[in-house]
Amino acid sequence: MGAFTQWFNERTPGLGAVYKKHMTEYYAPKNFNVMYYFGSLALLVLVNQIVTGIFLTMFYTPTAAGAFDSVQYIMRDVHWGWLVRYMHETGASMFFIVVYLHMFRGLMYGSFKKPRELVWLLGMLIFLALMAEAFMGYVLPWGNMSFWGAKVIITLFSAVPVIGSQLVDWIMGSFVPSDPTLNRFFALHVIALPLVLLLLVVLHIGALHEVGSNNPDGVEIKKHKGSDGHPLDGIPFHPYYTVKDLVGVGVFLIICAIIIFFEPTVGGFFLEHDNSIPANDLVTPATIKPVWYFSPFYAILRMIPSKGWGVIALALSIIVLFLVPWLDRGKVKSIRYRGVGYKVALAIFAIVFILLAAIGADLTPGWIVSIFGPNADITTIENLFGRTLVVLYFGFFAFLWVYTFFGLEKTKPVPERVSTHD
Amino acid sequence: MTDKTPRAAMRTFAALLLTLAVALLASPAALAEEGGGYPKANVDVHDQASLQRGARLFMNYCVGCHSLKYMRYSQMADGLGLTEKQVMENLNFTGAKFGEPIVSTMPEAEAEKWLGGKAPPDLSLEVSAKGADWVSAYLKSFYLDPSTPSGWNNTVFPNVAMPFPLWQLQGEQVAVMDPPGNGQPATVKELKLAHPGSMTPAQYDGAVRDLTAFLAYVSTPDELVRSRIGAWVVIYLVLFTLFALVLKKEYWKDVH
Repeated sequence: MGAFTQWFNERTPGLGAVYKKHMTEYYAPKNFNVMYYFGSLALLVLVNQIVTGIFLTMFYTPTAAGAFDSVQYIMRDVHWGWLVRYMHETGASMFFIVVYLHMFRGLMYGSFKKPRELVWLLGMLIFLALMAEAFMGYVLPWGNMSFWGAKVIITLFSAVPVIGSQLVDWIMGSFVPSDPTLNRFFALHVIALPLVLLLLVVLHIGALHEVGSNNPDGVEIKKHKGSDGHPLDGIPFHPYYTVKDLVGVGVFLIICAIIIFFEPTVGGFFLEHDNSIPANDLVTPATIKPVWYFSPFYAILRMIPSKGWGVIALALSIIVLFLVPWLDRGKVKSIRYRGVGYKVALAIFAIVFILLAAIGADLTPGWIVSIFGPNADITTIENLFGRTLVVLYFGFFAFLWVYTFFGLEKTKPVPERVSTHD
Repeated sequence: MTDKTPRAAMRTFAALLLTLAVALLASPAALAEEGGGYPKANVDVHDQASLQRGARLFMNYCVGCHSLKYMRYSQMADGLGLTEKQVMENLNFTGAKFGEPIVSTMPEAEAEKWLGGKAPPDLSLEVSAKGADWVSAYLKSFYLDPSTPSGWNNTVFPNVAMPFPLWQLQGEQVAVMDPPGNGQPATVKELKLAHPGSMTPAQYDGAVRDLTAFLAYVSTPDELVRSRIGAWVVIYLVLFTLFALVLKKEYWKDVH
């Protein structure tokens, strides 16, 4: 140890111990597969959003009169402003792709099960905070879709009984989205929610490192320790997983760079065409829809024929995810050793989620016309299709409980030790 | 427990993920294909000569009413590969300084009075908002219609307020109507060139392609820089990833 390191460590409150606990002496299972890259990638995107966000804040104007112009100022006059803005905008969408895959990984390998329930709950809170953060960030460029999206989403709160309409005015700070709305969304987006997100991420990782990581075999590596007290199937996170995650980072950045440099709008999904038109409360976009990462949940709202029940279903579709550790009573964690029923149900759930996204993103009318011809009754077919998907979405969780509570699942024997690794 | 079952499960899920990725990637492509069903504009913002011809058309026929307020003459000179002198002598008819934005000489407040309430829109982001295919189709779809105030109508933008500014180039199109059927009003079947303009149809298609390309460039001037450096960024990242992979393999040698 260098003289300086020693001098430093003697004067710091346990930084060396923290570094050891979470890096060099955090023993992670050695059998992580490709699904285990998304946690560190989510952290990478979070850092990207914070750093690019700081630079955007230097040039952005949070007023209804100036916001749209200031985004174009960033895109055209600020040196490398376009790159920073595209990195932030692409980062937002990639954040959700990474987080959705990270959550799916949790469902595949039972990472939410005992003793990791709290890790899952904290993760779900991160997801909630991320949705709020993304929604408010989406409003800031003050394009026409930002404006109408904000109006529609905030107005959902009018479904709250008794105080609904006052609540909407209180959130907007006005009767339509305008300066007060933009100012408070700016404050929440750049300060309040990032602080909440950072705190939750620290707690999420802290909770994980307390109980240890799950793995694709769903075995507890802490059950078999060597004479040195370390898990036999574990390897120190640093350097083994830092160098491995570096490969994941490389692949991920290649995908991001291709998007940022060659197709930053991603066909109008990451950056919507209607947001190239300044906010205008007199001109409604042809179809008002939220940005793609909210579309599965938006579809659930849209497919329920009553506003009140639609909002309740929308809320339930997210709340039910919090409850997964208690809905799934199965003791076997990994999909590798779970019953056929779980495998099929999870596959259907994933497909349903994607198809709901397609409905929320308004892709289905085009599909219906190309399948049933130009005279098809789009609304009826879409409702039938969409409502079936909503039933299947919630059906997954009902099935999960019935399947495991009544012991219908036929699991395979789980090995004592991890079965494979790189 | 053999390796086979987990591997098979992994394969199933790898396939599922792949399907997800393909679905996500294919949907924008499908959307772009639909794109309202307009013919492809076939613009190439990397064709500098095309951009220059498009800029000349814009400055001769459009800037009288429409601004490009987010684009400066100096930035345009960079993007089009022109000198300050060339731009100021051939493309600047608004009397603006070289570093100033391209703003129509028609004052917005006056325009609203003259044109009955709505000033001609700024076109800086027109291609971003509507798509190049829409802009190109729009510029080819004007036809004579005595029932409108301007005497012009457009199949892509029905009852548009703007009279057709390029009529001397394209000529005058008239609509061949489908007869009105059971309660439905008559619809435009196709457009026919009644009086040819100074350009042949092929020349006019080229002019529209140039003008649309110029507007596409104005919408996202960053595209020229992006595509120039993007390939290098990707090559760098591929090399980085390969080195990371070698490093990973070296470290993981002692994982048994």
